[in-house]
Amino acid sequence: MSQTSTISVEKGASLWADAAHRLRRNHAATAAVFVLAIIFLSCLVLPSIDGLIQDPNAQALPKKNQSPSGEHWFGTDHLGRDIFSRVLYGGRISIAVGLITTFVSVTIGICWGAIAGYLRGFVDDLMMRIVDILYAMPFLIVVILLGKSIEPMTTDLTNNTVDLFAGADSSVAEQNATRTWVEPITTLVPLFIAIGALSWLTVSRIVRSQVQNIARQDFIEAARSLGLSHFTILFKHILPNSLGPIIVYTTLTIPGIMLFEATLSFLGLGVRPPNSSWGILIEEGANRMTANPWLLFFPSLFFAATLFALNFLGDGLRDALDPKSSKD
Amino acid sequence: MFRYFLNRLGQGVIVLLVLFTITFFLVHALPAGPFQTEKAIPEHIKERMEAYYGLDKPLGVQYVKRLGTLGTADLGASLRLEGRDVSEIISQAFPVSLQLGLVAMGLAICIGIPLGVVAAWKKNTILDYSAMALAMIGICIPAFVIGPVLADRFGQQWQALPAMGWSPLSPSYWLLPAFTLGLVSAAYLSRLTRAGMLETLNQDFVRTARAKGVPEGQILVRHCLRGGLIPAVAYIGPAFAGIISGSLVIESVFAIPGLGTHFVKAIEFGDEPVLTGIGLLFGILIILANIGTDILGAWLNPRLRSSR
Amino acid sequence: MRRLLLCLTLPLSILTSCQKETEVARANREGIFLMGNSAEPKSLDHQMVTGVPESKLVGALFEGLVGDDAVGDDVMQPGAAASWSSNEDLTEWTFKLQPEGRWSDGEPVTANDFVFSYRRMLTPDLAAPYAEMLYFIENAEEFNKEQITDFSKVGVKALDDLTLFIKLKEPVPFLPSLTRHYTWFPVPKHVVLQHGDIADRFTDWSELGHIVGNGPFKLIKWRFHDVIEVDQNPYYWDAANVGLNGIRFFPIENPYTEARAFLAGQLHTTYTLPTDLIRTVKEDYPEYLRQEPYVGTTFVRLNTTRPALDDARVRQALSLAINRPLLCEFIMEGYAPAKSLTPKMGSYEPNPVLEFNPEKARKLLAEAGYPEGAGFPRYSMLISRPSARASAEALQAMWKEHLGILVDIQNKDWGSYISAQQSLDFDMASAGWIGDYLDPTTFLNMWTEGNGNNNTGWHDAEFERILDEAAQKAEPQDRLDMLKQAEDILMKEQPLLPVSWYSRNYLLQPNVKGWHPLLLDNHPWKALSLEP
Repeated sequence: MSQTSTISVEKGASLWADAAHRLRRNHAATAAVFVLAIIFLSCLVLPSIDGLIQDPNAQALPKKNQSPSGEHWFGTDHLGRDIFSRVLYGGRISIAVGLITTFVSVTIGICWGAIAGYLRGFVDDLMMRIVDILYAMPFLIVVILLGKSIEPMTTDLTNNTVDLFAGADSSVAEQNATRTWVEPITTLVPLFIAIGALSWLTVSRIVRSQVQNIARQDFIEAARSLGLSHFTILFKHILPNSLGPIIVYTTLTIPGIMLFEATLSFLGLGVRPPNSSWGILIEEGANRMTANPWLLFFPSLFFAATLFALNFLGDGLRDALDPKSSKD
Repeated sequence: MFRYFLNRLGQGVIVLLVLFTITFFLVHALPAGPFQTEKAIPEHIKERMEAYYGLDKPLGVQYVKRLGTLGTADLGASLRLEGRDVSEIISQAFPVSLQLGLVAMGLAICIGIPLGVVAAWKKNTILDYSAMALAMIGICIPAFVIGPVLADRFGQQWQALPAMGWSPLSPSYWLLPAFTLGLVSAAYLSRLTRAGMLETLNQDFVRTARAKGVPEGQILVRHCLRGGLIPAVAYIGPAFAGIISGSLVIESVFAIPGLGTHFVKAIEFGDEPVLTGIGLLFGILIILANIGTDILGAWLNPRLRSSR
Repeated sequence: MRRLLLCLTLPLSILTSCQKETEVARANREGIFLMGNSAEPKSLDHQMVTGVPESKLVGALFEGLVGDDAVGDDVMQPGAAASWSSNEDLTEWTFKLQPEGRWSDGEPVTANDFVFSYRRMLTPDLAAPYAEMLYFIENAEEFNKEQITDFSKVGVKALDDLTLFIKLKEPVPFLPSLTRHYTWFPVPKHVVLQHGDIADRFTDWSELGHIVGNGPFKLIKWRFHDVIEVDQNPYYWDAANVGLNGIRFFPIENPYTEARAFLAGQLHTTYTLPTDLIRTVKEDYPEYLRQEPYVGTTFVRLNTTRPALDDARVRQALSLAINRPLLCEFIMEGYAPAKSLTPKMGSYEPNPVLEFNPEKARKLLAEAGYPEGAGFPRYSMLISRPSARASAEALQAMWKEHLGILVDIQNKDWGSYISAQQSLDFDMASAGWIGDYLDPTTFLNMWTEGNGNNNTGWHDAEFERILDEAAQKAEPQDRLDMLKQAEDILMKEQPLLPVSWYSRNYLLQPNVKGWHPLLLDNHPWKALSLEP
């Protein structure tokens, strides 16, 4: 998210500079950037500092289900593990899943929908019928099959990545140390593929309807009569003008995807125990909320704060990027 | 218009055929067969069961045979609830899912769209922020959290509404599940409506109208609502089809006998007839919903209409 | 978050008027028992099903030769048979049927119905999944496997309308207890044949409107995943002593939903209670909580064809590193630490061989060539349900701590989980087993070579020889002693690591009378009644 602003500064091009300027003036969006920065930094940086955060997987059964205290800020879970560090470590996974898969799915969705909406006719029909088929396809079966067939590939990927970082001739202890942080990420790759490849459907329909709407407006007709290429018209003139709903829908899909990850993990695709994610923590907490509400509260708090911030940032971006608002 | 409709229906038939084919082969690729039970069935008996249902034949032969029976509008019999017709299962479960989905979608539209319109109209005011915060709560609290909380309060603590079960004629059974189910859609709708409205409110004809002194309310409803609803309508189509074809989470939390439960159980047991049956139903709903949204979209967008 | 939700839900609550009478209160008035039954039955044709939820329904609609007692596990009550006797060496049994026995359509229940039922169950083309349960009968296995085709050679005969004669292939002292299992229940010959041939699977005889049973209740409503309703059967021979007017079975799969429904006054009893809720219920509603022993064991199944796991010392080490008391105290609440595979039942109590001894475990592991876990292959343990996750994570941590072994945990959907085990395509799997009848063989016979439930790749000639020999013994105590020896071998070899002995945790309204703790959990429906 912060990348947008750096790019704009470097480029200094009028559209992006304007946008950055307008974004900074938007208080809600600025606050959102702050919140996101705090959450992202604490999830990424804090666990990397040795000895600062407790081991998220260290069990102490006799100390299970303790309420928040000085020792365990967010309390302990049903196996006596420290919730605070589980939330931080889980955040790494959820943020990665949420951002990467949303990026993949929205990119596919935008291209697919934009082309279908712009070209119309036979191509449009064909592309949209493919979307219809994918909508109605039993997605869960695909996930189960993927989970079965992709496992050896994930193992290879993990081993290769470990070799890459630790060096192939490093000691067992070194390899294991590298493995502990490489593995939770590489085992997620099938998940990125599965969610990313199949959750772009609604995005494509929304983009298509937006493009259809704008493609028929006068300024596009004008562009066409000026002899601009289809590519330029579509990606430089139509899409920027329909960014609003796209950004809004994108920020909306992130929570769904983060929670979906939990469901898929229970089917064997995704995070493996004892590692966790916000989605899994929330789901585990939901079952125990009557007796131990903090099991649900803290993961939900981080989850909700991130999504609120992302949405307000999304709104801010939408406003900032709106080409018409510069006339105000 | 009639030709357009005919054309779309023709495409629909092809979609269904492709859908059936994909589902059929996917189900047969599943590791578990229909006769895989927790307590193992002896091999000689399992072979006989498979022979009884023709599951020992080559996959291609089975496929052609199934296609043939489908042609006579026979969906076949379930392998999990052995011997029960798929049409019987669907005719019991679909009305439940449909009714629940209609109520939920009704709630979602009644809450979501007005909220979005107001938020766009009063953009960046406290009204906007609180409407959108409300929507975000709807999105951030997943159904498997809000459902149990509602059932806990209304069912267990106040004993005001049933915590589980379904009765088609008594609304007390619908309220909690429909609200839980509709909440997410309401949130999506309000956010998308707000975005769409902002898009149209920014357009030149609105400026012109404002400059001419047309009252705000009239601008909002008469000039902007149409264009502003386009993204929301594009969302409603597929969402509607999804909602009325059953939601596993809601059905599980409230023990509702809808299609979602049958679908997931059928996957667990590799129950191909039920899966293809429900898959085809869902396909039909998707096709109809998308024809509906395309027509509605064309009506909302006058430019699209004139060029067709 | 909760307060926020409360604010949101408050206005809704004002809109809805409070219910005046809970469903349980109304049912109490009407004599209807409301019960959570966990799953939709596959069918009500009991010769075609294998599950526990089905058995509850079948027990209401049908009745076996011998009936269950409401209080004692070992007490036999008259059922469809009024009395029974056997010869000296327990191989020939004669059952005298109830003279007043009738199907729910008024037709008399005859010995021929039983002969027909057992013939149908064993008919190869019907492919009844649980036909094995009748293999105790002479030549039954041969007939079922098509080695003989003449049913008159199978040891079941109707001597007259009310006398059934059964000849067994070996002495079975627990035959009366066995006939309480639904695989031994009769089907109505006249109805089954009216809807199809003897070998036709799933004709509509067992559907609503056609099904006829000899049990205390009859089917009146059946909606998938919604409810199955049964009302009293007026033709039942002991109808005067049936305490309920009807039962409603709700196939609620989600145990949390079931618990909420119970506490909201919609159920008299739940099928189960999630362990997470036990502590809360204990504090807030102690009067509802029931925790009773149950003949079942949770264990970790090992694939003994995998390197390292093929070494009995490694398997022993894995077992010795499990701190079972700790697991049961903090995770599997209410469950008892397993001391062997078979839980205590009747006069059978296996030697308590399982212990927690990390010292010894490390030593054995080192002897096997993996000191401190070095070089141990990276294996994964399959689990299929989110509820199994906590105990799997605890096991994972124990092996890591005590042995230095890293084991992955893999969630699988139910179908993949089962099929991976049955095709030996797994390393370890968290599993469980519930006994079918009150005899240790229900736990021991499955570990023989080629048994469909073994799935470990392990078999042992000595183990099987002792089991065979025990099966020939007519003297009950001798037999049990031999079985104990067999179990010792199994526990020395440990192709499976028993973890805990099941406990039935569930909720029950205190006004339900005639419901007592039973090891097999087969509560005779006719003994139940409701206090207003």
